Amino acid sequence: MGGPASTDVAASLAGATTLPALRFLTCGSVDDGKSTLIGRLLYEQNLIFDDHLAALERDSKKHGTTGAEIDFALLLDGLEAEREQGITIDVAYRYFSTKRRAFIVADTPGHEQYTRNMATGASNADVAVLLVDARKGLLTQTHRHAVIASLLGIRYAVLAVNKIDLVEYDRTAFDRITADFFEFAATLGFKDLKSIPISARYGDNVSKRSERTPWYSGPHLLEYLEAVDVEDGRSGKPFRMPVQWVNRPNSDFRGFAGTIASGRVKPSDEIAVLPSGRTARIKAIVGAGGDVEAASAGDSVTITLADEIDIARGDMFAAVRERPQVADQFAAHLVWMSSENMFPGRSYLMKINNSTLAATVTELKHQLDVNTMSKLAAKTLALNDVGICNLSVARPVAFDPYADNRDTGAFILIDRYSNETVAAGMIDFALRRATNIHHQNLTVSKAERSRLMHHRPAVLWFTGLPGAGKSTIANLVEAGLNARGIHSVMLDGDNVRHGLNKDLGFTESDRVENIRRIGEVAKLMIDAGLIVLCSFISPFRAERRMVRGLLDAGEFIEVFVDTPLDQCIARDPKGLYRRALAGEIKNFTGVDQPYETPENPELHLLAGRKDPDKLANEVIEELARKKIV
Amino acid sequence: MNWRHTNIRLRRLEAEAIYIMREVVSEFRNPVMLYSMGKDSSAMLHMAQKAFYPAKPPFPLLHVDTTWKFREMIAFRDEAAARTGMDLLVYVNDEGLARGISPVTSGSAIHTQVMKTEGLRQALDKWQFDAAFGGARRDEEKSRAKERIFSHRSVGHGWDPRNQRPELWRLFNTRIKPGESMRVFPLSNWTELDVWEYIKAENIPVVPLYFAKQRPVVERDGVLIMVDDERLPLLPGEAPKTMRVRFRTLGCYPLTGAVPSNADTLDAIIAEMRGSASSERQGRVIDHDESGSMEKKKREGYF
Repeated sequence: MGGPASTDVAASLAGATTLPALRFLTCGSVDDGKSTLIGRLLYEQNLIFDDHLAALERDSKKHGTTGAEIDFALLLDGLEAEREQGITIDVAYRYFSTKRRAFIVADTPGHEQYTRNMATGASNADVAVLLVDARKGLLTQTHRHAVIASLLGIRYAVLAVNKIDLVEYDRTAFDRITADFFEFAATLGFKDLKSIPISARYGDNVSKRSERTPWYSGPHLLEYLEAVDVEDGRSGKPFRMPVQWVNRPNSDFRGFAGTIASGRVKPSDEIAVLPSGRTARIKAIVGAGGDVEAASAGDSVTITLADEIDIARGDMFAAVRERPQVADQFAAHLVWMSSENMFPGRSYLMKINNSTLAATVTELKHQLDVNTMSKLAAKTLALNDVGICNLSVARPVAFDPYADNRDTGAFILIDRYSNETVAAGMIDFALRRATNIHHQNLTVSKAERSRLMHHRPAVLWFTGLPGAGKSTIANLVEAGLNARGIHSVMLDGDNVRHGLNKDLGFTESDRVENIRRIGEVAKLMIDAGLIVLCSFISPFRAERRMVRGLLDAGEFIEVFVDTPLDQCIARDPKGLYRRALAGEIKNFTGVDQPYETPENPELHLLAGRKDPDKLANEVIEELARKKIV
Repeated sequence: MNWRHTNIRLRRLEAEAIYIMREVVSEFRNPVMLYSMGKDSSAMLHMAQKAFYPAKPPFPLLHVDTTWKFREMIAFRDEAAARTGMDLLVYVNDEGLARGISPVTSGSAIHTQVMKTEGLRQALDKWQFDAAFGGARRDEEKSRAKERIFSHRSVGHGWDPRNQRPELWRLFNTRIKPGESMRVFPLSNWTELDVWEYIKAENIPVVPLYFAKQRPVVERDGVLIMVDDERLPLLPGEAPKTMRVRFRTLGCYPLTGAVPSNADTLDAIIAEMRGSASSERQGRVIDHDESGSMEKKKREGYF
């Protein structure tokens, strides 16, 4: 190959432009040559430093897959595991400039299991370079990545038909793949689609026109990237600035710091503060080098107001005449990013526009089949699934639909326990009923009702395997409480399923909804001042935590009825284990569905060894110790 | 005319770094800014003052001192603290000193491990910091190119490169469990050239070692080492010679190579850097083992 003289790095860097960098990502199926393409591009532009090139030559001999030649993929696959396995696992960001433009490129993984990393790269990109192997044509991953790029708001896509050398630079292969792609992508909302025949390995049409594809008259890849105009007019959109931090160094200064998501602003402009809806006039845009005359999308600023109103992190400043929506329920697309499935009813944390608040998927409307764009019925979302959902959040937030504003319409969901980022979300629209349902203000409080009783309310939550003895012990506890004149109520799994929850089955998602409803009922009964005895298998930690989260501190008492599985099977009071083991019952806890043992239950009853009366007494003693009875 | 009207690229980079710093101050209990006196630290510190103006940046500076930094770096550090009015914490791994660890006798790998990596972990534990800013950039090195802007650390300060949280839009997941911490890199998306252009545009003070001057050096394995004090033992037949040199990157003086240069102004540095065919970390003796060297150090808690 014709290697460049490396002293030319000088000339290339010298052209660094003053325009904002173009952010693009490379995606497509594994082995389609994404990392190789970027490596080739940097090499041809003389953008690889001598010492990096020396390291690359050393690494190519050690890990390379290209024989005696330089393996450009190794330039980007920065993690040891990636070099050893010869695949890209995580997004790598590279920075380079030509005379015409600066670029930030996200090189994203092709394996399906790392799709979430591709979505991550897409969230901040303006152009997608989608690679496809000329020998194989469009694959599932090609479809998947095109859909995700489109979902995440990328409006410019270029199909790089790679390895064109391996089909002898055949025009018909290229034309067929191009036609397939344009047909598939027609519904994805791209503003501009291009297709370019390339060979990342030999450099055809990467940064210079190839003589081996005389039938192709379009731009080479770099030419396209240098010229594509992605200006989305963020500055021309209505003013939005989520308040990030309130700056209050002394009683004389109160500034609101944030980064302008869209639009422009200047002193004396009137703005609205959402969700309160109050308005104020801008006094100054404060900077360390003196006040500034105006600020626009992308600037990080500190704003002072002429009017005193109560403003906190998470509020949004907006143009008075073009305000964002405010809602606590909305429809959104979710890309699920966790190996733990999503279930409607489970509580997550949502981070949106500098607010972090409790959120629940109230309804999974359907899953999106990214190959056919068809809607699939679904009760859950697994890793890398895309779903259309309704969500509800703990308090109203200001936002714009994602299609209008990628900054103010995006959110992430976080698992409350593991702190993992479990989903990327894009808001479609507000659900109008949110504005009409208000919580009824109650005049008699829980404390006042409790005062009429002579004890405090609590939920005793008995959890354990089927046949562990939960109901038996709970019944004995209630008899004991009743004898002491204590007001109680019993919610039992079997009984609730005959009435309130008779529409629910035993799949994971139905079990989540079952427990959610029971939790809400228990909460009402707590409000009434009762001791609520709940006896449910409740196999998932997340749901038990959800019920705990519904109640005030100290009200939820988790009682783990711990009987070894073999003993439960031997007891089998309802003959259910026998049938489950014979395969007659599906989704049976302990047999083909896991039971997640409590990590820190308030009470741990070793129910395999003691008789139920003694265990019931332990529970009542615990209530006395906690000064509940 | 203000450079912000002409250089939108730099203006966006500055705005992004300021956004990241404000996010940390909003979401963490006890943040700290790692301060190494280098050009990246200088740019970062400058932006911290802008981010919170008119308030002072609401966190201290921390320097993990290996005791082998250039004397001019230490003088610059103390001036910077005085100029900004920020608290400066200096931590030395005394146990490492007591063991006689030094770059001269222990070699670069052990010295870096004990005095920098372990020293940093000890300092973060001592003051219970839950977030630490660092001036690292993704264009410096391959494993850094894969690291998040908000990079999660386990209770033992370990980095798990295969299990990083997806980082979408500007929505940083800042949640950690007790004992865990976050390393935060506001300059992730900057290049070396961006940093120098910003220093010039904003007239930010930097350590004079970056500018060419006559300095006493010895040449070892093709690397020019400055004789900054009497602790550097001279090999038989070795005599310091005076050369006009400057430094492209700054670290412990026995581990940092100088480059012959006449660049004694910011313009000359930028022009020289644009003409360079080698990367900035080339002068770092500690990176030279093998490609995975930085990833290994990072997994153990190095910045």
